[in-house]
Amino acid sequence: MVNNSIQENILELLSGISDPEIPVVSIIEMGMVRGVEFQENRPVVVITPTYSGCPAMHQIQDDIAAVLKSNGIDAEVKTRLSPPWTTDWMTEETKQKLKKYGIAPPIGFSKDLKMDLFSVIQKVNCPFCDSGETELKSEFGSTACKSYYHCNSCHQSFEYFKCH
Amino acid sequence: MSNSELLFEYLLRNGDDRVVLGQRMAEWCGKGPIIEEDLALANISLDLIGQSVLFLKYASEVEGKGRDEDALAYFRDERKYKNLLLVEQPNTDFAFTIARQFFYDCYEYYFYTELANSSDETLSAIATKSIKETIYHLRHSSEWMLRLGDGTDLSNAKLQDAVDYLWCYTAEIFEMTELDNALLADGIAVDLNKIKPLWDAKVSEILEKAKIKMPDENTYMIKGGRKGVHTEYLGHLLSEMQILTRSYPGAKW
Repeated sequence: MVNNSIQENILELLSGISDPEIPVVSIIEMGMVRGVEFQENRPVVVITPTYSGCPAMHQIQDDIAAVLKSNGIDAEVKTRLSPPWTTDWMTEETKQKLKKYGIAPPIGFSKDLKMDLFSVIQKVNCPFCDSGETELKSEFGSTACKSYYHCNSCHQSFEYFKCH
Repeated sequence: MSNSELLFEYLLRNGDDRVVLGQRMAEWCGKGPIIEEDLALANISLDLIGQSVLFLKYASEVEGKGRDEDALAYFRDERKYKNLLLVEQPNTDFAFTIARQFFYDCYEYYFYTELANSSDETLSAIATKSIKETIYHLRHSSEWMLRLGDGTDLSNAKLQDAVDYLWCYTAEIFEMTELDNALLADGIAVDLNKIKPLWDAKVSEILEKAKIKMPDENTYMIKGGRKGVHTEYLGHLLSEMQILTRSYPGAKW
């Protein structure tokens, strides 16, 4: 029982930490927090990296440690790779937050990722004007998780959060 | 060698392939032919360096001597690096970079597909995670192979030169050393003989589509990376990568 309330308390605190690259969503909404476990009654926060080289992970680990410490909680932060992080863990609500922020949210499911050449360009609607008249400029954007599109209707460039 | 020494060596090989190629790709940062490519090459570099951290961190745990992943990357000399000769070859020009990347991505894709079934849980987790990134890399380099090869006479000639030059480093990728065989027996390592035909088929398919001729089958194949015997290029790469940490030990941002 005690552990349950500690767990809830920690998750509540973590939901206040935002993704350093996308401040409108929390690390819980991004699916980076896999849970709170206990080792000999000491809480262990288990997180999972998004992309292996994502530089935001260091920041996130530091943020978690700082928040827990300032709330007087002695906990360990552990990274776990399996199961690998996927955008499938994002809720519809999170996707809408991304869209509102100007990032087109991921479309489809991770298992449908294909490696065919040229043919798999994802049709993405512009997050600003909803037009479907958009084109992929590069599969690689300003961060590992996004690709770069241009809207031919409102002429705004935007980023698409890749399905991963 | 004990089992953990074998595993440590296997992890070094894999960590080193990725940190060296990641460093090479990072040399393009700010110099890409167009901004989209600048971003793409830097992103691929970042993925590779991230994957190398996963391997080297695990290597550090297996070794258990308190050398963390940074110590392994920054404080080993050329002869202690066990990467493939292919990945240390210089960028030269864009066609050369793409050909090197294509040969490597294609190998890495099939390698991870197999490694995902490893009896070692950490290796299997690394592979399952990383392959999603490799799919993007392989698509990127394959598409550029087609654009360059089936582009202008000049781009075709440059890509043909690159493919011919790099070919001598491709046999080493699939060489089953004693270490591979020992770890394969435990279900840990990848059977490179199994992925070689897949790599051959993919490479010849793309070369044909790209209107690039298959290199001479009698090409003399150069090996040595897995033993720490490198081409002249690795030392220069490492000196650039390691100078800051070695000049200012313990430096922090």
